[in-house]
Amino acid sequence: MDFGTILQTIFNFENYGELLQLVQNSLWAGAVLGLLGGMVGTFVMKRDLAFAVHGISELSFAGAAFALLIGADIVLGSLIGSVAAALLLGVMGVRAREKNSIIGVIMPFGLGLGILFLALYEGRAANKFGLLTGQIVSVDTVQLQALAGTAVVVMLVLALMWRPLSFASVDPDMAEARGVPVRGLAIGFMVLLGVSVALSIQIVGALLVLALLITPAAAALKVSTSPRVVLLLSVVFAMTATVGGILLALGSRIPISPYVTTLSFLIYVICRIIGGVRSRGGYNGRITRTAVSSPARVSTGA
Amino acid sequence: MTPLVSLRGAGLKFGKRVLWEGLDLEINTGEFFAVLGPNGSGKTSFLRVLLGLQELHSGQVELGGRPVERGSRRIGYIPQQKSFAPDTPLRARDLVGLGLDGHRWGLRLSGKRVNRRIDELLELVGASDYAKVPLGQLSGGEQQRLRVAQALASDPQVLLCDEPLLSLDLHHQLAVSALINQQCRERNSAVVFVTHEINPVIDYVDRVLYLAGGQFRVGTPEEVMTTEVLSELYDSNVEVIRANGRIVVVGLPDATTHFHDDAHSGLAEGH
Repeated sequence: MDFGTILQTIFNFENYGELLQLVQNSLWAGAVLGLLGGMVGTFVMKRDLAFAVHGISELSFAGAAFALLIGADIVLGSLIGSVAAALLLGVMGVRAREKNSIIGVIMPFGLGLGILFLALYEGRAANKFGLLTGQIVSVDTVQLQALAGTAVVVMLVLALMWRPLSFASVDPDMAEARGVPVRGLAIGFMVLLGVSVALSIQIVGALLVLALLITPAAAALKVSTSPRVVLLLSVVFAMTATVGGILLALGSRIPISPYVTTLSFLIYVICRIIGGVRSRGGYNGRITRTAVSSPARVSTGA
Repeated sequence: MTPLVSLRGAGLKFGKRVLWEGLDLEINTGEFFAVLGPNGSGKTSFLRVLLGLQELHSGQVELGGRPVERGSRRIGYIPQQKSFAPDTPLRARDLVGLGLDGHRWGLRLSGKRVNRRIDELLELVGASDYAKVPLGQLSGGEQQRLRVAQALASDPQVLLCDEPLLSLDLHHQLAVSALINQQCRERNSAVVFVTHEINPVIDYVDRVLYLAGGQFRVGTPEEVMTTEVLSELYDSNVEVIRANGRIVVVGLPDATTHFHDDAHSGLAEGH
């Protein structure tokens, strides 16, 4: 295969208009997942859970593989796997270090189980591959409705716990003193995260969930610290990656995930450069006043 | 007049170790009350009792005539200075905002009113100039000013401070303690100030609770900070020297302890 053929395999825009009609559901699914991933991702970053997302996705993969093996609903299987993993982490891993070692233990176990189930499965190979790399092109209306419905529920619950969860994430000691149920929120968020991972796996696959749940939020944090701006950018980045990825992948026979992850990565690189240039310029929003002696209002009291 | 904070026969012990027992105490509005003592004497635990985070082993504790409850809006809390990570996704004003409505469910809808109040609080502690600077890029002293603003957000009747001056330079020590005193005198809040170094706040302190060796003394600094009282509390020869309005205690059993050790054991105490 020469380079031209490869390029044509990756980017193929023949009959684009007709194809576009066929994948409307997929585009909507991508948009919904981008919205969800962008929102949840900001909290994943605040709570330093990037590694946990990876761990959850491996167990989710095991659940999906098991469902495939016994002929059950794959989405349900991956949902059960990821929520179980999330709960386990939420209950057991209180301290960060402990959490990381538990994830490190769970991850290979889940992946191993998944491979075992896939090896036992005798159906189409494409189904196996899809679990790891995503397969959004075949979303029908019923699936889309279920996906959107679940995502809306997750977003509503997230909105309900938005303020105390932010408080507990960035300033836990103070939040506890203020009466915020820090531990309950931690477990609650893990469940939301588990559901989000299970939903995202359908589009990017178990191996690449991070591109949807981490990269957009991480990129947004490189260019802003304002909670509102970070949320907005994170959602825009995630939706750009998913919808853009689907549009680019349309004509080719390659899975969708490389397009999504590459877009996501490029956005991150650009944001990092912008953030780097800015911090070198020394700009951080501080108002500098010239030659005003001693801080206003506070007398030193000595 | 009912006192703002009252403890009756209060006792606290972890396992078999008694931190204090039979503590009767009343703290009034507008009073600047310091809690002193060596590491592990239960200073931080005393605050945690008032915060409702720590159950008493015996006795009762009331705040404004009612049992203490976790997350009471009548309490403001300033924790030990603990620097935020450089990449904390929060600006100075967002930290103050958390003190204002971070405990409420849902999203913040009434943005304008909240923003105005945040601006007021930032102005009050002299932090307006760095309102939009990421938290992680502020100095320890600047962060601690924001902690004061955060604690004052609910205009609390009682301000609980846990070694708020620890690891601050002298300039910021003076500024932060002046801010706390201002809330005490102008807004008539009671201040409970846990510290192991009385001098930065000696001009403000009305009364002292000194905890040591499972015992305690309550009284004005003049009554408590004496050679006789401290020698008795520590059960060894301790000498108190007064110079220039400052108090120097010589011969403390744990005098070799450094500030940072105390910060760690202070956290461990809570468990």
